[in-house]
Amino acid sequence: MQAGEPSLVTLSGVAKRYLTGTLALRDVSLAIGAGEFLALLGPSGCGKSTLLRMIAGLTVPSQGRIAWPGGPPGARDIGFVFQEPTLMPWATALANVALPLELAGIPRREAEARAAEMLARVELKSFERAYPRALSGGMRMRVSIARALVTKPRLLLMDEPFAALDEITRFRLNNDLLDLWQAARFTVVFVTHSVFESVYLARRIAVMAARPGRITADLAIEEPYPRGEVFRTSAAYAAHCREVSLALEAAMAARAA
Amino acid sequence: MTEEGPPRLGLTAEGWTRLLAPLAIGLAVLGLWEGITRWKGIPPYVLPGPVLIAETLVRDWAPLSASLLVTLKITALALLVAAALGLMLAVLFAQSRVVELSLFPYAVILQVTPIVAIAPLIIIWVDDITLSLLICAWIVAFFPILSNTTVGLNSTDHNLLDLFRLYRASRWQVLWRLRLPTAMPFFLAGLRISGGLALIGAIVAEFVAGTGGNASGLAYRILEAGFQLQIPRMFAALVLVSATGIAIFLMLSLISHLLLRRWHESALGRGERR
Ligand SMILES: Nc1ncnc2c1ncn2[C@@H]1O[C@H](COP(=O)(O)OP(=O)(O)OP(=O)(O)O)[C@@H](O)[C@H]1O
Ligand SMILES: [Mg+2]
Repeated sequence: MQAGEPSLVTLSGVAKRYLTGTLALRDVSLAIGAGEFLALLGPSGCGKSTLLRMIAGLTVPSQGRIAWPGGPPGARDIGFVFQEPTLMPWATALANVALPLELAGIPRREAEARAAEMLARVELKSFERAYPRALSGGMRMRVSIARALVTKPRLLLMDEPFAALDEITRFRLNNDLLDLWQAARFTVVFVTHSVFESVYLARRIAVMAARPGRITADLAIEEPYPRGEVFRTSAAYAAHCREVSLALEAAMAARAA
Repeated sequence: MTEEGPPRLGLTAEGWTRLLAPLAIGLAVLGLWEGITRWKGIPPYVLPGPVLIAETLVRDWAPLSASLLVTLKITALALLVAAALGLMLAVLFAQSRVVELSLFPYAVILQVTPIVAIAPLIIIWVDDITLSLLICAWIVAFFPILSNTTVGLNSTDHNLLDLFRLYRASRWQVLWRLRLPTAMPFFLAGLRISGGLALIGAIVAEFVAGTGGNASGLAYRILEAGFQLQIPRMFAALVLVSATGIAIFLMLSLISHLLLRRWHESALGRGERR
């Protein structure tokens, strides 16, 4: 987060110990700026999901504080995208996207109109009436993203959303996500274990180490948006990837020590 | 009837095989049965042939159909009450773990106790004979619905549950929009089992009660025919019982298919699965 930028949410000295005794996170401090695109990068088991779920309010920290300087988030301020599309199989794409609005008590007509708009934004206009099982993995993920964005959230949390997709689909969804972010300027926290994906997407990367989970490096990727295939093949991209890989290696070594 | 089958009947080549193959076997067995009874000259009071049974079915249709209606009424009512109560109780269990833990063992006890053993008691305790038959059929039918629906209500995808929590959904919204739809295939599977059980329960209870008069169901017809050594009529009643059971199963399968076909794996068309 750049100096002087207002922060959306601030974690100070956050720790999480599960009932099983696992210390998933220890002393995590992190200020997430409004409009930022932050990637959480780290090996499996370093507490990325735990951190994300704590920001979402789905898990409470055992220690430390999570503060929202601009006021606590409302029921529609946070969107969440899981690793799996996590759609309701008995509902159409449209009904799935309309769900957050309907849960908030918005009348069905209006909710579906807004959901349809959002589906069009993720290029699924002609699939409104399709059931999830009739959609491809990439399309399901788009529906999931549309659902997360339909409430116009201030904060979008994504937990390895594209990990299960093939590379072609992943690249495409990366670009679509950046377009959506550029257009609406919500804040994104994007969990990934791919160095390349994090460098391509994020403006800032928090590198994490495991056992106990903690942040070991906080790197800025000062490259202009929109980023496209030109960026992906540029020397600057390669340099950033090298830098982040080294930071990740150091984080893994710290764990082994 | 071609191998392909017209699409409007919704049957593929394999669908027709599934329909025609058992039919062919059935016809072959019936033919053999008829042949043996004729050639060996087996008297009808020992083993009537299918043709005689069919004739009896037509000749005695008036009393038999009246009894069929009685049995059907009890079966349908028992199934309806079992479905409603099973579903309600399962929802209650899903809302409160304490209620589930304290009541579920009794549901199990009700299930494992043989109905023939409790039926006489129920018939003594309850004055109205129809009501006592209904209770017996209900006892047998309700457990599969209860236990299946309970499992279904607890099978919710935990990520979806988190999503509902994120949007601060009320308990009611979680139940109505998430838990119940998840439980639907489980409930319907239970219903299909219970349909047959309700019929069995009704028949067993009728046997125990041995009711005569105009409130008598198919089981009484079987008993009566047995006493009077009208064996063809006994078989005719038996045929009706089996046919009823098959019809109930097919109907519930159809309902289940119509409700689930658009989204659930169990109801996927064969062609689509390929
Ligand atoms: N509900 C839970 N109960 C107990 N322990 C848990 C729970 N959830 C996670 N953990 C433990 O906390 C640690 C961090 O888990 P977490 O899921 O946050 O890691 P992660 O970085 O998201 O890993 P991955 O990349 O594999 O998804 C792990 O050691 C895990 O075993
Ligand atoms: Mg994770």
